[in-house]
Amino acid sequence: MFNEFTALLSKEVKLEWRNKFALGGLLLYVVSTAFVAYLSFKKIVDIPVWNALFWIIFLFGATNAVAKAFVQDSKEKQLYLYTLASPQAIILSKMVYNGLLLFVISVLTYIVFGVLVGNPVQNPTMYLTALILGSTGFSGTLSLLSAIASQTQNNVSLLSILGFPILLPLLMTLLRLSKNAADGISWTMSLNYVWILLALNAIVFALSYLLFPYLWRE
Amino acid sequence: MAKNWWKAVAVILVLFALIGGLLIDVPRLPILNETIRNLFYHVTMWFAMMILMTASVVYSIKYLRSGKELDDAKAKIAAEIGLFLGVLGIATGSIWAKFTWGAYWINDPKLNGAAVTILAYFAYMILRNSFDDEEKRAKISAVYNIFAYVLLIVFLMILPRMTDSLHPGNGGNPAFSQYDLDNTMRIIFYPAIIGWTLIGVWLGELKLRLHKLRIKKLEDEL
Repeated sequence: MFNEFTALLSKEVKLEWRNKFALGGLLLYVVSTAFVAYLSFKKIVDIPVWNALFWIIFLFGATNAVAKAFVQDSKEKQLYLYTLASPQAIILSKMVYNGLLLFVISVLTYIVFGVLVGNPVQNPTMYLTALILGSTGFSGTLSLLSAIASQTQNNVSLLSILGFPILLPLLMTLLRLSKNAADGISWTMSLNYVWILLALNAIVFALSYLLFPYLWRE
Repeated sequence: MAKNWWKAVAVILVLFALIGGLLIDVPRLPILNETIRNLFYHVTMWFAMMILMTASVVYSIKYLRSGKELDDAKAKIAAEIGLFLGVLGIATGSIWAKFTWGAYWINDPKLNGAAVTILAYFAYMILRNSFDDEEKRAKISAVYNIFAYVLLIVFLMILPRMTDSLHPGNGGNPAFSQYDLDNTMRIIFYPAIIGWTLIGVWLGELKLRLHKLRIKKLEDEL
C-alpha cells in the first residue's frame, strides 16, 4: 500500500515535470489574473477586498489545476492503473500530489499578487498556515470531485458547479483566518480557525478515502 | 385502505398547523411580534427538508452497499422533494424577512447556509442529468450525495458560530426555544413537522410509483 502510494506519487510528479506546458499554463493563469486585478485596481489598500480577491483567484486557479487530475488519464490508462494499484493508494497519491501542487500555486499567487497590487499582510507565518491548510483542503475536496466530473461529458464546468457549494465552509474559514493574518491579529484569537480547518481537512480526506473506491470500481 | 391512514394523518396535521397556527395565542416577543407564527410554516418545512435529505443520504449509502436500482431512485426522489420543501422554506423565510428585517434577503450566516444547501442539491440534480448510463449515474451521484451532505451539515454547524446572526435564536435575538414556558407553540410546531414530513413521504411514494410504472413500461416494450 505504502509502496504503491510512493510509486504513484512519483509518477504524478514525473508526469507533471514532463508536461511542462500544463504547469506553465497554470503559472501563466496566476500571473495574468493578478495582472488583470492590478490593472483594474492598481493598489488595493482595503484588506478585506485584497483578501477576498486573492482567495477568489486561488479558488479558480485550484479548480483549473485539479480539474485535470483525472481527466488527463485516458480510459485505457485508468484501466491499466486499476489492475496495478488499489483505489485507496490512487486517491491518496492524487490528493497529496494536488495538495503540493496547490501549495506551490498559492505561494506563487501570493508573491505575484503581493508584488503587483501590494501586500498588506502583517503576519506572514499565519498567512502561510492558511495557504497550507487551504491547499490541502481544496485538494482533498476537488480531487474526489474531479474523479466524479471526469466521468461525465462536460467535466470542467461541472467541477465548479459541484465544487463551489461544497468548498464554501472551507473558503469562509480560510477567509477569516487569512484576514486575521493580514490584520496582524494574535494567534490566540485565530487558533480556533486553525482547528476548524484541520477538522475540515480530516473530514474531507476521510470522506474521499472512503468514497473513492466506489467511483473506481466499474 | 388500512395502509393509507397516515395520509389522512398528514392532511389533518398540516391543516391543523395551517389553521391552528393562525388562531392560537402566541407570545408577543420584541421584533418578532405576530410574525412568530411563521415558525409553524418556515421552520417546520426546513425540518422536514432535513429529514428528507437525511433519508436521501441513507438510501445513497444503501445503494452503494446493495447496488439495487430502487435504492438509487429513492435517494433521488427524497432529494427532489427535500429540495422542493427547501425552496418553499426559503420563500416563506424571505417573505418573513421582508416584514421583520425590511428586506427579502440580507447577508446572514443562516441565510447563506440555506442558499448553499439549495445550490448543492441543484448541483446534485445537474450531475444526475449529465449521465446516459444509469448504473454509472446511480453510483457517482450517490458518492456526491454523501460527500455533499456531510460537508453541508458541517457548514450549517460551523458557520453560525463564526459570526453573529440576526436570525431568531442567534446572537440574543428572541426565538421560541428561549421561552420554554410557552408550550402552546409546541402544540402546533411538532405536529407541523410530522405533517410536512408525511406529505413529503406521500409525494415521494407517488413519484416512486410513477418511476416503477415507467420502468415496467420500458420492460414491456422490450
